[in-house]
Amino acid sequence: MNIADIKEILSAKMLVCKETEREILCACGSDLMSDVLAYVKEQAVLLTGLTNPHVIRTAEMLDVWAIVFVRGKMPTNDILDMASERNIAVMTTNYTLYEACGRLYKTGLPPCGIV
Amino acid sequence: MEQVFKVQAGNFVQAGEASGNIKKLLRQLGIDSNIVRRIAIASYEAEMNIVIHSCGGTLKLVISPYDVLLIAEDTGPGIADIELAMQEGYSTAPEVARELGFGAGMGLANIKRCADRFDIVSSAGQNTILSVYFRIKAR
Repeated sequence: MNIADIKEILSAKMLVCKETEREILCACGSDLMSDVLAYVKEQAVLLTGLTNPHVIRTAEMLDVWAIVFVRGKMPTNDILDMASERNIAVMTTNYTLYEACGRLYKTGLPPCGIV
Repeated sequence: MEQVFKVQAGNFVQAGEASGNIKKLLRQLGIDSNIVRRIAIASYEAEMNIVIHSCGGTLKLVISPYDVLLIAEDTGPGIADIELAMQEGYSTAPEVARELGFGAGMGLANIKRCADRFDIVSSAGQNTILSVYFRIKAR
């Protein structure tokens, strides 16, 4: 599944994306960056309701390639700039975290396992 | 090769900057991306610990063709019970850190998980020195 597919499945609005064809291997839904840092694998998509710069920083360290902000949350421009500099795709969907994760899971995108 | 990055206590805006630079530097040196990722995670966790819990400190990176040593050193206030601090889920992080998605008590255990060798020296009222070692090539 690539970044464009995720946008489609979640009826999301793309806010930052340089390479829509990038392949995503797994997904994680969490507002707890401590947890994300502890078990998310590379080439993942992170779904979260948290919109602060540390979401981008966390994604940067982990090689997370895409972030989906749920419940229609809009990050500020400085956060979008940070994502763009790091080539991390960012989109926003109106679905809740639960439903957005469910929709991706249903299509076969696996969860990120324990590292 | 040695490089030192300063980390300010309580500065959540700058927090992560040093680890971002460390990751960039290691990538430029052509180190395997999986190892770079492990070092970056450990470095970011250590940097956040200094920002959240300490009076300020440094991240020092010592790179040889065979290994990378990351030393996170702060100026106190120290850890009274290291065993308890290592326990997943135990945290003394303030509300401000929790609001940013940190303070779940996963940091030290996660650093250890990423490392090939891990050592922590601290006690109440003292500075904390965390040494994290990564092999980058078999000798």
